[in-house]
Amino acid sequence: MSSNDVNIKDSIDAQTVEGVRALEADKYKYGFDSDIEQEFAPKGLNEDIVRFISAKKDEPEWLLDWRLEAYRRWLTLKEPDWAMVDYPEIDFQDMYYYASPVKKEGPKSLDEVDPEILEIYNKLGISLKEQEVLAGVEGAPRVAVDAVFDSVSVVTTFKDELAKHGVIFCSFSEAVKDHPDLVRKYMGSVVPVTDNYYATLNNAVFSDGSFVYIPPGVRCPMELSTYFRMNAQGTGQFERTLIIADKGSYVSYLEGCTAPMRDENQLHAAIVEIIVHEDAEVKYSTVQNWWPGDSEGKGGVYNFVTKRADCRGANSKVSWTQVETGSAVTWKYPSCILRGDNSQGEFYSIAITNGHQQADTGTKMIHLGKNTKSRVISKGISAGKSNSTYRGLVSAHRKATGARNFTQCDSLLIGNDCGAHTVPYVESDTPSAQFEHEATTSKLSDDQLFYCRQRGLSEEDAVALLVNGFCRDVLQKLPMEFAVEAQKLVAISLEGSVG
Amino acid sequence: MLDLSFLLFGRGNYQIDWNKIMLKINDLHAVVGEARSQILTGLSLKVPAGEVHAIMGPNGAGKSTLSYVLTGRDDYEVTEGTVELGGQNLLDMEPEERAASGLFLSFQYPLEIPGVPTMTFLKTALNAQRKARGEEEMGAPEFLKKARALAKELKIKPDMLKRPLNVGFSGGEKKRMEIFQMMMLEPSFIVMDETDSGLDVDALRIVADGVNSLRSPDRGMLIITHYQRLLDYITPDKVHVLAGGKIAASGDADFAKLLEKEGYDKYAA
Repeated sequence: MSSNDVNIKDSIDAQTVEGVRALEADKYKYGFDSDIEQEFAPKGLNEDIVRFISAKKDEPEWLLDWRLEAYRRWLTLKEPDWAMVDYPEIDFQDMYYYASPVKKEGPKSLDEVDPEILEIYNKLGISLKEQEVLAGVEGAPRVAVDAVFDSVSVVTTFKDELAKHGVIFCSFSEAVKDHPDLVRKYMGSVVPVTDNYYATLNNAVFSDGSFVYIPPGVRCPMELSTYFRMNAQGTGQFERTLIIADKGSYVSYLEGCTAPMRDENQLHAAIVEIIVHEDAEVKYSTVQNWWPGDSEGKGGVYNFVTKRADCRGANSKVSWTQVETGSAVTWKYPSCILRGDNSQGEFYSIAITNGHQQADTGTKMIHLGKNTKSRVISKGISAGKSNSTYRGLVSAHRKATGARNFTQCDSLLIGNDCGAHTVPYVESDTPSAQFEHEATTSKLSDDQLFYCRQRGLSEEDAVALLVNGFCRDVLQKLPMEFAVEAQKLVAISLEGSVG
Repeated sequence: MLDLSFLLFGRGNYQIDWNKIMLKINDLHAVVGEARSQILTGLSLKVPAGEVHAIMGPNGAGKSTLSYVLTGRDDYEVTEGTVELGGQNLLDMEPEERAASGLFLSFQYPLEIPGVPTMTFLKTALNAQRKARGEEEMGAPEFLKKARALAKELKIKPDMLKRPLNVGFSGGEKKRMEIFQMMMLEPSFIVMDETDSGLDVDALRIVADGVNSLRSPDRGMLIITHYQRLLDYITPDKVHVLAGGKIAASGDADFAKLLEKEGYDKYAA
């Protein structure tokens, strides 16, 4: 190549890079910032802040004690460093632990919700107006929504209709007031207060989240979902979700997350606890699209989440499905404790990292009961300069005779600067357990890309199509109305990943 | 070289209408890969609309390179010469733009696309092309109707259309699927790279019937093949020998038979 050619090629490359940059800037369509009048707790963390949060929420004494004890324990803990993620030290004193839209009194009805907030959820494509949903096309899916805005739940839809079936779906704060017995019985019974560093922090300062109780024998008549929105600057979000499926009940629950674009990092440390009784089944789906940071790796959400389900009763079943496309750093292992005999756990995951994102995610399947079964399908896609790690534990207690697990981890690499890692831990104390692990790593092939382009697809559409094909078995596990969204999200998160 | 055009009288008055030249390749030089091996060394060729031209030649003569250069594959770099399709400068266009302007390549080794059902793939491709041309997208009912009819014609089982494209298909099935895609996309210029390899006689006939049904006064075709076999079923208007990176000789349909008999030795550089 002559030097002239090299120059031309360089300038073309530069143009491509420009083009990709332009894309990066507006690919995160949830990055808008909303000007809502809010009140904050003073910055920083100490016992007074913990008391402040508890007082704001008008909490009973036992819960304040719970928080304070957690806070004191947290002070003695060290931040874990075993995950394959790298980020600067977090200054826990340089953060707000409570932010709430001003004006929050009395029962929550839609009329009382700040129209600006409704507008935000509208922009996110989430309708909080029951009548609109009801007036929709016949057969259109109906989804009850709990909308959590920074530290508080602003509205929960379809509460009355759900109540007819005995289903309780409300914000965590309301549950503390209205159903204290249930909360006290189950809270912390799956994820102990001092389970890990971030979980302990959550116990001290948790803000709001959703509470679900499905009574015995009830099949929840609609999808339940919570949309988390981080809005305030420099604010940590620490939500708690507690789902209890009583004997023979069924519920499908969906969680969605977005955040505005910020230069600095925001912290998200949530806890989700699920209790599944005899013959009950819970499906929990997540589409996590927190702001991943800009193309230079600046900003983005640190997502340190503890999610765990306890299959307490015999024949109970829980299934986690997650599509993780956002956050600068993700540290998350939705787990199943298979305590009941014949109980089943499933984990289906798509984790996409692009730009400078880092994800260390996977699951834990802990087999305690007889003939318990678990299935793990993980699809990791890495592009740009990102790194993605699957970390999974499968263990069988000596009493878990006949335990079975099947794990399949597939990694797809796009480009030459990204990484994919698989770290499986397998422990068995019974000779009758049968565990299988399959793993593959592949690179998006130039041949496939060219083939698609020869048929008329642009390079980016071709990548989206190939990646969607790669994740198909997991996408199919998502609730229908969510699957289409997730497919689009896959395409958006990979924009600018080739070329 | 002898003018053999009189042999074509049966097909009408053979006269090149220079306004109807679809594909016009002039003095094409191309290098391949990081090693920048010179594969094409001044290839010139004109294919008028309505005609089928065959390119034959020994292995390594640059036949597949020609198909990749025409369709714009990375790693295939044109160092000299021009290529026009329907008056447009093809070399300035991205692969997908070439596809949208009507250029189709039937691959020698069709790729497997895991997880993407054949119908999904094809509908996405068809509508991407239509969108690029400023046409309206084809709706699902119309698309399905057309696909089912064509699948029947090509003896493709309906359940194959639901399976991920080419995954686990036999060599022959993949080739048939290429023709199926071609007939669905209705390109204006078709390049077929070794389409006959891997086909048994019955499949060859089905494929040839499909290709012949696409012959039309507005469409041009370039059939790249090592053996004369396919040309028993698809009679070309012209046959060219590609050797040493350029067209070494040209003739009519009977020329292919002669080549098969005599081999390519005398054209080898």
